[in-house]
Amino acid sequence: MTELAFTRPSLDRARLLRLLQEYGVYAGVLVLLLFDVAFTPHFLSVENFRTQAVQVAPVLVVALGMALAIGTEGVDLSVGSVMALSTSLVSLYLGYGPWIAVLIAVAGGIVVGVANGALIAFVGVQPIVATLALMVAGRGVALVLLPQLKDVRDPGMAALGSGAVLGVPYLVLIAAGLALLTAFVVRRTTFGRQVLAIGDSRPAARLAGLPVGRVLVVVYVCCGALAAVAGVLATARLSASDPTSLGTLMELSAITAVVVGGTPLSGGRVRVGGTVAGAVLIQLLTTTLIKHDLPPSWTQIAQAAVIVLAVYAARERGRR
Amino acid sequence: MTAHTEEAGVPAPTVEAAGDAPPRTDRSERLSALAQQHGALVTLVIAMVVASLSFDTFLTGDNLENMALSSAFLAVVALGMTFVIVTGGIDLSVGSLFALGGVLAAWGSRYGTVVALLLPLAVCGLIGLVNGLLIARVRLAPFIVTLAAMLGARGLLLALTDEGSRTYLVDKESFLATLGQGTLLGVGVPVWITLALFAAGAVALRRTRFGQYVYAVGGNEDAGALMGAPVARTKITVYTLSGLCAGLAGALNAAWLASGVTILGTGMELEAISAVVIGGTLLTGGSGFISGSLVGVLLLKVIQNVINQIGSLDSAYQQVVSGAFLAVVVIAQTWLGRRRRVL
Repeated sequence: MTELAFTRPSLDRARLLRLLQEYGVYAGVLVLLLFDVAFTPHFLSVENFRTQAVQVAPVLVVALGMALAIGTEGVDLSVGSVMALSTSLVSLYLGYGPWIAVLIAVAGGIVVGVANGALIAFVGVQPIVATLALMVAGRGVALVLLPQLKDVRDPGMAALGSGAVLGVPYLVLIAAGLALLTAFVVRRTTFGRQVLAIGDSRPAARLAGLPVGRVLVVVYVCCGALAAVAGVLATARLSASDPTSLGTLMELSAITAVVVGGTPLSGGRVRVGGTVAGAVLIQLLTTTLIKHDLPPSWTQIAQAAVIVLAVYAARERGRR
Repeated sequence: MTAHTEEAGVPAPTVEAAGDAPPRTDRSERLSALAQQHGALVTLVIAMVVASLSFDTFLTGDNLENMALSSAFLAVVALGMTFVIVTGGIDLSVGSLFALGGVLAAWGSRYGTVVALLLPLAVCGLIGLVNGLLIARVRLAPFIVTLAAMLGARGLLLALTDEGSRTYLVDKESFLATLGQGTLLGVGVPVWITLALFAAGAVALRRTRFGQYVYAVGGNEDAGALMGAPVARTKITVYTLSGLCAGLAGALNAAWLASGVTILGTGMELEAISAVVIGGTLLTGGSGFISGSLVGVLLLKVIQNVINQIGSLDSAYQQVVSGAFLAVVVIAQTWLGRRRRVL
């Protein structure tokens, strides 16, 4: 017992930074919540919480896929374009019924994921460049399919967008379910361990006989499919397809959520809980600033500051 | 179990292939290098020949001038980006800085041309400097630092323009307007400025000690440091340069348009990166050249122009073609690069 007490490290600066990185995002959410409860008018209402949760759902779903990609020391810049592609496909195939339309939209995301994954895993292109190409081309394809905004009038999509079980909106349930599923995959499955091993060191993973190429392709397929699901959710919420603007800058929001949530950009680690908290933190930050009559420009500046702070905290850990 | 792992781990085929290769190494390697360096130029020439044979409207003075001007602004941004990418970094903030530079120039033009030019250079250069300091001294990832700068600069821009609702105009009689809209020997002044900057950039990268440092830092940072290259200072300089280039391009663009347009520059970082990569500079750093980036910009603009000429195809197809083109170039580059390494 005494020995244990002896070796326990003191609370020095590096340890504080590590704590900040581990739990900073939860502390941030808590502080913002307390601030909002105290100072933001009309914050404490069921209706407000529901609105916030519904708004955060698509971002969170995209961020889950992004967390997997970042876990392999990669990144997926094409997620915003995949959302646009997905919303176009939903509108285009809604005539065959909502289920078929949604399936086709998700299939579109999977196709993009396969292309990303193949470029990265088998051609050896850097993730940022491979997904850059599909970011540019993907939105182009989305706009070719559906050149402008189109209203979505379908009872199925409307139910998805505004329906709820016991007061919890479907959108929130789906996002939460996907988060739980991702956490399970990362922690409890062989695939999850392979993802982390590849992120730790790709050569080592290869020498250990892991199917590196296959795992990378599956990761980017997950990323594409989740982005497509997010596109469907956003379409249902807005009851409109807008391929021009849906998902623009979504890759940045998703990366921010993941990084702020404590997943290091250097891979080898995926924090699903942190990613959820990161997405919530950004949403709360935006709402708080807007509700206190600060212009949207401040939100962007604040978001930039939060990103730098988060990677700064992560840096100390990475060095040790 | 152990025996099995060892067996799988021995890279026997690669060793044999390498053993067979030497006789052809030299020629093959040189061909690969040539294709990697000048592929874009050959493609550009072919694209221009095909375009001028297919469309009477392609090889007209007006069209060429338009293409040259719209290339000029992107080219200046790509020039700064080339230095950054050769050090193995990336700068995602240039699109925002381009827009910010334009608005600052238009706003400053009421206080004279000197302010109109110095203000965007000072602010954008400062943001670039902060990028460089965070990357080189605090050692944060370039990708994420410049991402934050992208958001921050866009926020600053919105704050300056009442959330994007206010547009500042450039006085049409001012010297700044001449700089943007004037012509010299029938060619727009921005084009001349761009050419001069590229000449200076090429000399700086190829013929100066600073250029050697840029290559050394991108090739292998630790080796570069051991050879005496000032790694941190070089990185700080290239990000500052990139910020300055983006700000200057934005200012020239505002002078050309006679107003600071707030919505410009979104996606410009991607266009610039594409141009640099298409021009033969490797994103892994350590190799690349300035003239390639100019060719890359021209190639992107010729493709866009051809798609516009086809008329029935809209800007959506531009994006599809540009994206597909980038993918093809990158695959080819990776393949050629790998060939060179293996042989």
